[in-house]
Parts: sequence; C-alpha cells; structure tokens
Amino acid sequence: MKVTEVQRAFNAEEIRNDFPSLDQTVYGKKLIYFDNGATAQKPQAVIDSISHYYSKDNSNIHRGVHYLSQVATTQYENARKTIQTYINAAHSEEVLFTKGTTDGINLIAHSFGETLKEGDEITISAMEHHSNIVPWQMLCERKKCILRVIPINEKGELVLTSIDSYITEKTKLLAVTHISNSLGTINPIEFLTKKARSVGAKILIDGAQSIQHMRVDVQEMDCDFFVFSGHKVFGPTGIGVLYGKKKVLDSLPPYQGGGDMIAKVTFEKTTYNELPHKFEAGTPHIAGGICLGVAFKYLEKLDMDAIMKYEQSLANYAQEQLLKFEGVKIIGTADQKTSVVSFVVEGIHPFDLGTLLDKQGIAVRTGHHCTQPLMDFFEIPGTIRASFAFYNTKEEIDIFIKAMDRSINMLK
Amino acid sequence: MTLDQKQQEIVEEFEIYDDWMDKYEYIIELGKDLPMISESEKTDDKLIEGCQSRVWLATNISDGKMQFTADSDAIITKGIIGLLVRVLNNESPRDIATADLRFIQEIGLHEHLSPTRSNGLASMVKRIKLSALKALQD
Ligand SMILES: Cc1ncc(COP(=O)(O)O)c(C=O)c1O
Repeated sequence: MKVTEVQRAFNAEEIRNDFPSLDQTVYGKKLIYFDNGATAQKPQAVIDSISHYYSKDNSNIHRGVHYLSQVATTQYENARKTIQTYINAAHSEEVLFTKGTTDGINLIAHSFGETLKEGDEITISAMEHHSNIVPWQMLCERKKCILRVIPINEKGELVLTSIDSYITEKTKLLAVTHISNSLGTINPIEFLTKKARSVGAKILIDGAQSIQHMRVDVQEMDCDFFVFSGHKVFGPTGIGVLYGKKKVLDSLPPYQGGGDMIAKVTFEKTTYNELPHKFEAGTPHIAGGICLGVAFKYLEKLDMDAIMKYEQSLANYAQEQLLKFEGVKIIGTADQKTSVVSFVVEGIHPFDLGTLLDKQGIAVRTGHHCTQPLMDFFEIPGTIRASFAFYNTKEEIDIFIKAMDRSINMLK
Repeated sequence: MTLDQKQQEIVEEFEIYDDWMDKYEYIIELGKDLPMISESEKTDDKLIEGCQSRVWLATNISDGKMQFTADSDAIITKGIIGLLVRVLNNESPRDIATADLRFIQEIGLHEHLSPTRSNGLASMVKRIKLSALKALQD
C-alpha cells in the first residue's frame, strides 16, 4: 500500500494532537521529530498524570496505613497489572519496575550472574547496544565466563548458519536485542529462543526498541527475561520494566539490599521479601511507574498492527526518497525491519549533515548510536538515523528530503 | 590586532547573518579553506577523539608565541576550529591561557563547545589552554 493510503487509514494527523511537544517551532522552523529511537514524545494523558500524581496522590507506597499511601500503592500496583496484561505476563509479580533497559540488564547480569561459574558462556549478537554488551563483559571478568558474539551479514541480519557454534551446551544465557536500534533489524526471536531452550540456556530479550513498535507477548516469545525503558514507549524517563519468569526470578538472589525487599531483618540474619519486592529495594520511582501505566493504557487503545504497517510505509517512503540522492547508502537492509532508516552519504560526515538538519528544525540522531562494534563492522564512524513513530507523517518526510537536498548541496 | 580585537572582528563578520543556514554556509566555507593536516601527520598524539567528530591538533611555540594547526573529519567542526585558530594563533601563552573566548557565545555557536556535544572542540580548547599553561611554567 502507498504511504498516503496507509496514512489515511491510520490518521496520524489526528493522533498528533495527543502529543503537545510535536506542535512547536525550533530555530523558527516547524519541529520535525525523527529521533524516536532515542526517546518517544509523551501523550497529554501521560503528562497530565504526572502533574496529577504530584498534585494529589503523592505518598510513599507499601508502607503507610494512611489514605494517600493506599491510593498511591493501588495505582502503582494497578500500573503493574496494566503492563502485565499488555505484555501478556502470566503473573503481575513477574513485572519488576526498574530504572530502564540498562538497569534491567544489569540486574540480571548481577543476580543471574551469581549462579554462573568459570567457563560458562553468555551469547550476545554483533548488533547489541552497549548496554547489552558491557554488563556481560563485566560479568565475564568477575566470574571468568566467556562472551560469544553471533555475527551479522552485510544486510545487518544475524548469520544463523553457524548458530550451533554460538549456542552450545556451555551457553547459560542468550541475551539479544529484539530490534536493532541502529539498523532496525527485527531478529528471529522464536528461532533463537528455541535454540537456546534446546541447550537449556536462559533467554534475555532487549525489548528497548520493540515495545514502541509492536505487540509484545512474553509468553509466546517464551523468554525468561524481557527488558525495556518507559521513555521509549511514550512514558517517563527513569522508569522501566524487567519481565522475568516467576520460577526463574524466584531462584535468583536479590540485586540491591534495602527497604521493601526484605521480609525480616535482624543483625544475625535477614530474609527476603517475595516477588516483585525482592528485586525492588528502596522507594521506587512511584510517579514513573504510575505514569508508565497510563502510557500503556494509551497504547492499549491503538491497533499496533496498523501502526507497524504505517510506520514501515513511512520508512520505505523515506528510504526511496533518500536513495535518489547521489552517494546515499542505507545501513541496515534486513528483510525484516522496523521504521529505522540509518544511512551515510559518501564524502559527507554525519555530524555535518545532522547539524544542518537540526538548524532546519529536523531532529535526527547522528553518530554510533551506542553500537560501536556494529559501526566497526560496517567500517563507518557512524550514521544519520531517522527513526519514525506513528505520529510522523509523509509530509514531514517531504520536508526532511528538501532539507537534505539543501544540506548536501552546502556540504558537497 | 589583540586577541580580543580578533574576537570582535569575527563577531562583526557574523552580524550580517540572521539566518542559521547562512551562518553555517559561511562556517563551511571557512572549513573548506582551512589548511588540512596531511593523513600521514594525523598521528594518535594529535588526535582528540570526540563521539561525533574527530579533531587533530598540532601545537608549536616560536619567539614566545604559540601556533596551532588543526583539522577535523567534519567540515563544520573544522570551520569552527578555523575561527578558534584565527583568534589564538600567534598569541602569547599567557594571553591564551587567560583568554575568555566570548565570541563563540556571541555568534551563537556555544553549543558546539559544550562538552556534551562531544565533537572534540571542547577538548581541543582544553588541550590548547593546558599547553599554554605548560609553556608558561617552562
Ligand atoms: C536496543 C537498546 N538497548 C538498550 C538501550 C538502553 O536504554 P536506556 O538507556 O533507556 O537504559 C537502548 C536505548 O537507546 C536501545 O535502543
């Protein structure tokens, strides 16, 4: 389907009204926000809920007998349930609140890491974000484990032909991204989880990029852990989710010690609280959790399949238009892709192009996108990345292409 | 011309541009005109690795004045380097160490010198100031 047809069917113009930050000018130009891979803008409902929480319901949770504490606790726990339903977790206590993707991965690297021994292997892929590389390197150093990296091909897809040499009897954990933030590649999670299961390894999916774009079903994926950040899914910063299978989480030692995570404390011995509290030490980001729930309530009402189709039509259109410029090369041409268009222009530095686009009101990301090993693979210092969300439009892409034309002419 | 007069001259040059794109057009021209450091001389000791762009800087002192040659892989970064070098070249270590590079703010390019921009420029200025301080102590 043509982008105009999908756009009409989906009605992005109407949905834009829910996002006040989109309606502004920068440097005297209409803002065009194509940096949704980095963070998403917030719908009015989420913004209002933050203000409402601090104006009315602010209180500490799980500890007070008083009215406000109960209101806040109920809302926080309801948010957990909303998220449970959205990602189809079997139990609400499988939804742990974290600070974000990075925090969730570090939690697993610490707690699951405690169960590993020398010579055990952890497998990641060549397209991981630094936050799904470095915690495992640190763990490998601490526990003398070995990090294995599934390679990719020129299109930016995982090379699966030799997968059996990367997922072996020694593999204890497979930690891969659902969708690459730099390339947009959608990885074959079902295939990978089956492989990992067959050798008894646990599976962590980095869902930072997928949660914004597609319906996620953690039971269908059959993963042990699924992590994401609230800010990339139209919620606040500083809050995220670690989904973990109850049986697995129960078997792990806690991460941080403190209030809320304990059952009983004496100086001789402390026993730990049940899930989810065992992994939620201290006063959490209460407002963040509640407002993330509101973000998911907002998403619930949308048709994610239609959204995915619409976003992909935007990306295809942008890609077509970009390829009309001489010297443009798309980085990441996987068959299965989301709405990320990463590219380079021969003879032009991404930073220069990004700077000129910015001055024309267009927000894109330039650089290595926290995936330096991936840039090394493509032998480039970085890319320019336009990443689209459902509130973007074809008209915005047309303005972007005009701005590209002007910028390239200036830089050539 | 004193260091500050050179700054003032640049501020006035930029006054004619009220559009951002025109301003950058001019910076890009400056970048293209700046002499390059040849590939073979881009050694690691001269390299300042920024997250967004890379900068190479060579420093020299003769007759109590400092000279700089610098380059970058990004043309806008290079243009701004050109402005910085124009202001600081052939000044004394004392003047360089104490220089308040106000012109960057006044022509509206301070965002490029913010450490969070990580294009190598903030580190370059820091390195220039440190070498001036070192020259003062020698
Ligand atoms: C694939 C992927 N993983 C992890 C992260 C890290 O997310 P956060 O910085 O919110 O913890 C990101 C964010 O850029 C990402 O895109």
